Amino acid sequence: MSDTIQITVIDRDNQPHQLEAPTDMGLNLMELCKSYELPVQGTCGGMALCASCHVYIRSNHALPEPSDDELAMLDSAFFVQENSRLGCQIKLRDTLEGLEVQLAPESV
Amino acid sequence: MQQINPFRPGFSLGERAESLDRHPDGRWRIVTDRGHVHVAPAVFIAGGLGSFEPRKPPIEHIEQYEGKGVEYFVRNPEDFRGQRVVIAGGGDSALDWAIYLANEVRELTLVHRRTEFRGALDSVEKMQHLAQTGKIKLVTNAQVVGLKGPDRLEKISVLHDTEGAFDLETDYFLPLFGLTPKLGPIADWGLALDKGAIEVNTLDYSTNLSGVFAIGDINTYPGKLKLILCGFHEATLACQSAFNIVNPGKKLSFKYTTVTGIEGMETPAIPATS
Repeated sequence: MSDTIQITVIDRDNQPHQLEAPTDMGLNLMELCKSYELPVQGTCGGMALCASCHVYIRSNHALPEPSDDELAMLDSAFFVQENSRLGCQIKLRDTLEGLEVQLAPESV
Repeated sequence: MQQINPFRPGFSLGERAESLDRHPDGRWRIVTDRGHVHVAPAVFIAGGLGSFEPRKPPIEHIEQYEGKGVEYFVRNPEDFRGQRVVIAGGGDSALDWAIYLANEVRELTLVHRRTEFRGALDSVEKMQHLAQTGKIKLVTNAQVVGLKGPDRLEKISVLHDTEGAFDLETDYFLPLFGLTPKLGPIADWGLALDKGAIEVNTLDYSTNLSGVFAIGDINTYPGKLKLILCGFHEATLACQSAFNIVNPGKKLSFKYTTVTGIEGMETPAIPATS
């Protein structure tokens, strides 16, 4: 299956999950996590407006630069680190084979 | 408005439904944040993503200081006149209020996690000018991590990226990190919830509370799709059940309004309010 990549998502209890991600469906990382029923809310539906899909990028993959909207959201989110990104802004494509991310703590 | 006009509904705009409970006569009672009371045999919750609530920073015991020095909104700027105020955040609302309050309060400190501000350029420049002239005490690369005071807020703890932690005496702490959609008061109404959405029976989109329905983005069921098309469908089916609650014993006959028009709308359908 050439249209599939493997992604590791580490949940908030430090448990790794191996996810098979299709790259031909225009999915983003938030949607993938939701389809595997990982505890990612994606409240705003992928508009970079809620930060409920906040993740830390643990592998050295070259990701597209965050948009202004994403940076603005990360600016008012909590638990933000250097490697923070919003899952909803990360389109799943074949260059992300082996990507490893960790779910950021949930904000109240 | 024109579309809904034939049904002559009552409107209660700019208010938030705070509570839902049983009226002594068995109907449902909703009380809004302005104290308006609505009583009805059936309730439809079509709250979308919920209400937009302030994003609360993860600081221990912050709830305990809410209304006692911690405020998420500036309701009345007069409240802060002559006081010491700390604002946290780097977006437009943090900048706008810092600029506005700088001339009103005794001491204004703006704490931001980074050095750059993402607010409007004009606001950033104004704020920087106020910081240079000493009207705003600017603390960047730092976060508020603790709140202190036996009852009311007296001090905040600030953690600076390189300089470590220090305390700052203040009368008010305003974390202004924008708004985020949340269920809000609906979460406390006794409804069965799943991941922040209201569980419904797909037969008629009824909730676990008899006579209370939930439709649209706020509900969840196996196969749920958040589409406007589905929302309309859910509302239509919920209305069929609600009809039987509102008109017990009356036979419901399905009609196409495009064929027969809307009959029986001569009497205004105004819900009971007080």
